[in-house]
Amino acid sequence: MILPAAKAAGLFFFAVVVQVTIVESIGILGGSPDLVLVAIVAVALAQGSIFGAFAGFWAGLLLDVARLGTLGFTSLLLTLAGFWIGRYGETTGRDRAHAPLLSVAVVTVLYAVGSVVMHFLLGEPSSARVALVHSLPATVALNLLLAFPVFALVRRLFSPPAPHAEVEFVG
Amino acid sequence: MRVAALGSPVRRTVAPSYSSRTTGPLRRRIVVGLLVLLSLALITGYFRESSNGGLHGFQSAGASAMRPFEVGASRVARPFRDAYGWASSLFHAKAENGRLRKEVDRYRQEAIRNSTAATENIKLARLLKYRRGLTYPVDFSKNSVAATVLQDPANDFEQAIVISAGSSKGIRVHDAVVTNRGLVGEVTKVTHDEAQVTLLTDKESAVTARDHQTNAIGIVRHSQGAEDLLFLDRVFKNKVVNKNDLVVTAGRQQGQLSPLYPRDIPIGRVTKVGQTDIDPFQDVQVQPLVDFTSLDVVLVLVPTSRAVP
Repeated sequence: MILPAAKAAGLFFFAVVVQVTIVESIGILGGSPDLVLVAIVAVALAQGSIFGAFAGFWAGLLLDVARLGTLGFTSLLLTLAGFWIGRYGETTGRDRAHAPLLSVAVVTVLYAVGSVVMHFLLGEPSSARVALVHSLPATVALNLLLAFPVFALVRRLFSPPAPHAEVEFVG
Repeated sequence: MRVAALGSPVRRTVAPSYSSRTTGPLRRRIVVGLLVLLSLALITGYFRESSNGGLHGFQSAGASAMRPFEVGASRVARPFRDAYGWASSLFHAKAENGRLRKEVDRYRQEAIRNSTAATENIKLARLLKYRRGLTYPVDFSKNSVAATVLQDPANDFEQAIVISAGSSKGIRVHDAVVTNRGLVGEVTKVTHDEAQVTLLTDKESAVTARDHQTNAIGIVRHSQGAEDLLFLDRVFKNKVVNKNDLVVTAGRQQGQLSPLYPRDIPIGRVTKVGQTDIDPFQDVQVQPLVDFTSLDVVLVLVPTSRAVP
């Protein structure tokens, strides 16, 4: 448990640094990819809901610190995202080929909606039109593209232990 | 593929160990609830405290700790970002170039339209000045219709133009058409929104006219030549006509010609006067005042009795 947590902590630290320094400056068709969100989806699907929730909280905290934003804002959203995707992975999404892409697309939309709602609740200026209409389709598409390398990396980092024989039927 | 059958030598493998799959729902909810509460507490505390508070200090320290990594990542990514920026700028420049070209085309068309409108405005202003002037026919003082020229004469033999006003504006056949310079011709065909005007330069046109200075009466016709020259026909030799005299409409019947035109509309200036022994009439050449080759806006004189309100 400690090793995956350490791996996740390092992964998200790296992801947050790359996100705030490089990825956020990439704007294509009005949207920009969200590396941290995609990484959380990948980790939560691989490791489950509690791990996903912790990973979301940690990544959110790092993002809030790096962006000098409201502490806890992104943590709250990413905690819920990590938890829900983890639960999806533990239940209906298990062993389904489309689960990763579906999760990324759905979480990207929900994260954008949640962000707008949170900004509204906190009284911070935010344009729902820009966030949900202009940039969201491009962001979803870019996150889906980003999902392939990120899921491959996460699968490699958090690969399950080699299968071992549990019961052997003998004829 | 997993097959659960006795007698089959298939090995069953265990599913990957998800730490939270094995945990109970209560623990899961407690953990998530705590994290959510912690987030909300962070938000609340961050909002309530001053900028010198503990959370702000923690954030500042955290940001400072991350700064070297961000700077490093930024330096590593700079060449790629520059390349992306260059490609992106190129793409945007091309798109902007296309957009600006369209804009330039649009503005050019607008400038042409504005220039045309300005020219038309000047001409209309001249017509208005003429209409308000002393030389404008009294009977038509409130009933002229300004119209733009839609079609120029098709050829030298058919000296007629089409204007953008018709019976809907009260125009009828034989109405006189003028500009601020002088007489243009008469309406010869009318539709609801357009009318055909036969010019004075048409070989069939004729108008009773008089010398404004000497009152010598005659009929103005086209000279039948290639130029836009007119001549004042049927002026008896005993009448005096001088070079540079102004020829205007007589406004009365002469021979078979009915008085189509109001009195005193300028037609042209006498450029040459001559006579022969065998001809009982003088040979008077008239240079029209109107330039028939560049008519843009004209005024149709509608008699008061037919005025459309």
